[in-house]
Amino acid sequence: MVGVTAPAIDGQDHRDEVVRAEGVAKHYQVGSNLIATLRGRSALVKAVDGVSFTLKRGESVGLLGESGCGKTTMGRLLLKLVPPTSGSILFEGRDTATIDGADLRAFRRSAQLIFQNPFEALNPRLTIRQSLAEPLENAGVPRAERLGLIEEALELVRSPSPAEILERYPHQMSGGQLQRIVMARALILQPTFVVADEPVSMLDVSVRAGILNVFRDVRERLGLTAIYISHDLALVRYVCERTIVMYLGRVVEDGPTEEVVHEPLHPYSKALVTAVPVPHPDQSHEALPIHGGAPDARNPPSGCRFRDRCPHAFERCAVEEPKPIQQGNRTVYCHLFDS
Amino acid sequence: MTAPLLSIRDLSVSYVVGNGMVHAVDGATFDVPAAGIVGLVGESGCGKSTIARALTRVVPKNARFAGGEIFFDGTDLLKLSEGEMNRLRWGDIAFIPQSAMNSLDPVYRIETQLGEVLRQRGGLSKAEAREKSEALFELVGIEPRRLRDFPHQFSGGMRQRVAIALALALDPKLIIADEPVTALDVIVQRQILDQLQALQQRLGISVILVTHDISVVAYVCDRIVVMYAGQVVESGDTRTVLTAPYHPYTMGLYNAFPDLQSSQGILTPIEGSPPDLSAPPSGCRFAPRCPFVEPECRATEMVLHEVEIVDGPAGHVSACRRNGDAEMLRAKASEVATWSA
Repeated sequence: MVGVTAPAIDGQDHRDEVVRAEGVAKHYQVGSNLIATLRGRSALVKAVDGVSFTLKRGESVGLLGESGCGKTTMGRLLLKLVPPTSGSILFEGRDTATIDGADLRAFRRSAQLIFQNPFEALNPRLTIRQSLAEPLENAGVPRAERLGLIEEALELVRSPSPAEILERYPHQMSGGQLQRIVMARALILQPTFVVADEPVSMLDVSVRAGILNVFRDVRERLGLTAIYISHDLALVRYVCERTIVMYLGRVVEDGPTEEVVHEPLHPYSKALVTAVPVPHPDQSHEALPIHGGAPDARNPPSGCRFRDRCPHAFERCAVEEPKPIQQGNRTVYCHLFDS
Repeated sequence: MTAPLLSIRDLSVSYVVGNGMVHAVDGATFDVPAAGIVGLVGESGCGKSTIARALTRVVPKNARFAGGEIFFDGTDLLKLSEGEMNRLRWGDIAFIPQSAMNSLDPVYRIETQLGEVLRQRGGLSKAEAREKSEALFELVGIEPRRLRDFPHQFSGGMRQRVAIALALALDPKLIIADEPVTALDVIVQRQILDQLQALQQRLGISVILVTHDISVVAYVCDRIVVMYAGQVVESGDTRTVLTAPYHPYTMGLYNAFPDLQSSQGILTPIEGSPPDLSAPPSGCRFAPRCPFVEPECRATEMVLHEVEIVDGPAGHVSACRRNGDAEMLRAKASEVATWSA
């Protein structure tokens, strides 16, 4: 595990803090600068553009937003799978940009990704036993200890009949079973931090519930700090006590999930909550408070990125980027709350 | 009750796979009323998409119609010649695919593609086709000047609107939409569903909405047809089916679904997986996963029975042997312990 040896940058006590993102940005170059300039738009996609938040130990936080909002990129940044363009990410108090060598191996053990598509996450040529042994092997766990750890991990994710499935290949298993294996593989090195990227979006409803229950159960039992990336607020609500809503590379609202669901502050969060259908016929058909789709990520609006779809936008929204504003337990990035 | 627009009776469709047959749809029966939205719901492999395609008789090469009838406006579609069927396709029965990109040709402007349908199939002149194209775009909420655009210039949601405009081109009586909003973000999904519902009501047409999402059905559909392992297990008025289901699979599906608006406790999975449809089990196909299974369930073939609802809308059917115990089963189904293996 990465030591807490490095002092926190601002000298404050952050022992309770597992992850701290400070002004994190990730820009991607798409296509040619020349052609983009000729067409009057930028060749830069600002997938993540100035995101800050901290994760406390044991916290489970949903990263919520629609496609292209930067939630998946943010997850990859937190795991040091891609380097940030600017800003910093601290893990256990240490800037992940400086982690290398043996520390990097330790970091990779401590911080794990749970993949979205269980059908693609496992090597089809390896048996389940081999797939699960691989991370142990890489971490230098002695052969004699491996089987015990594999069995433990399978028990943890409540995989049915573990003895039988060990010699199976991925194609012999259902999506739900595979996703349990994917989770077992991420948990086998006993990480302290996991990022789950839409882990149930490929699964059928009747199976999904089982995986979500395992996720809830596991993070409680292991005291994991977790990020759950999803576009589905109902799922996030089920597994995360806190939700960070993103829009076009920025955070728009951050706070307790129940509060976001029942009384969203940011106009975008409000639209998201209104748009989610619920499984009973007496639901509200309240008109959506916004119209249109998300603008081109290469040419986001000035000021607040949501302003061209926002029913409450006023002059200031076009000229000034909203700063974080504390509203009770929540942080909201909107000029409406700046009194 | 007026005669339904579409009546599917005991429909069976199989796929030839290797040396065997996969019985994707096995004896499906349900009606689609004139001017209504019917949600065809179920999980992957339940046969819902096969039914959607079977209705237009555009099926993969290895598909075989193994029996049954599809009455559309009184005519059995399965008895029509290919030429007669061709006239109905798009004309009376239109299709909206999951990804509109698949139904649009990337190298032609929308204008050209829509114009071709209107002129070749609708018999309109060039000027009439142009006028109608603009009217169709306005109908689905796209600026008519965008008719000049190519498919890739539209966003996912806009493309889905184009697909709806295309489907409406020849004034169909029935639109079959196969997971039309599945690939879309939640806000766009809502916009498309609102649009589809508004058009359905305004034009008085019928829609079959194929989806895996019961909340989408709850949002827009008048009636619901629940499928499991190739068979219809329950169907009826959406409100009564979702609030008082008779089939344990419907109950299980509902309990497994997250609900944003209620203070829900724990989500309950249905343990196990659907059966292999190349060799389906005898008796009730849900029996291996059903918490209320009795020995007779495995021996008795499933039959849809009208359930008795006092003062409720008619036409609620369920294929559970234990329909009579539904009230008790519903109470038990809401307990998590019932579903843990």
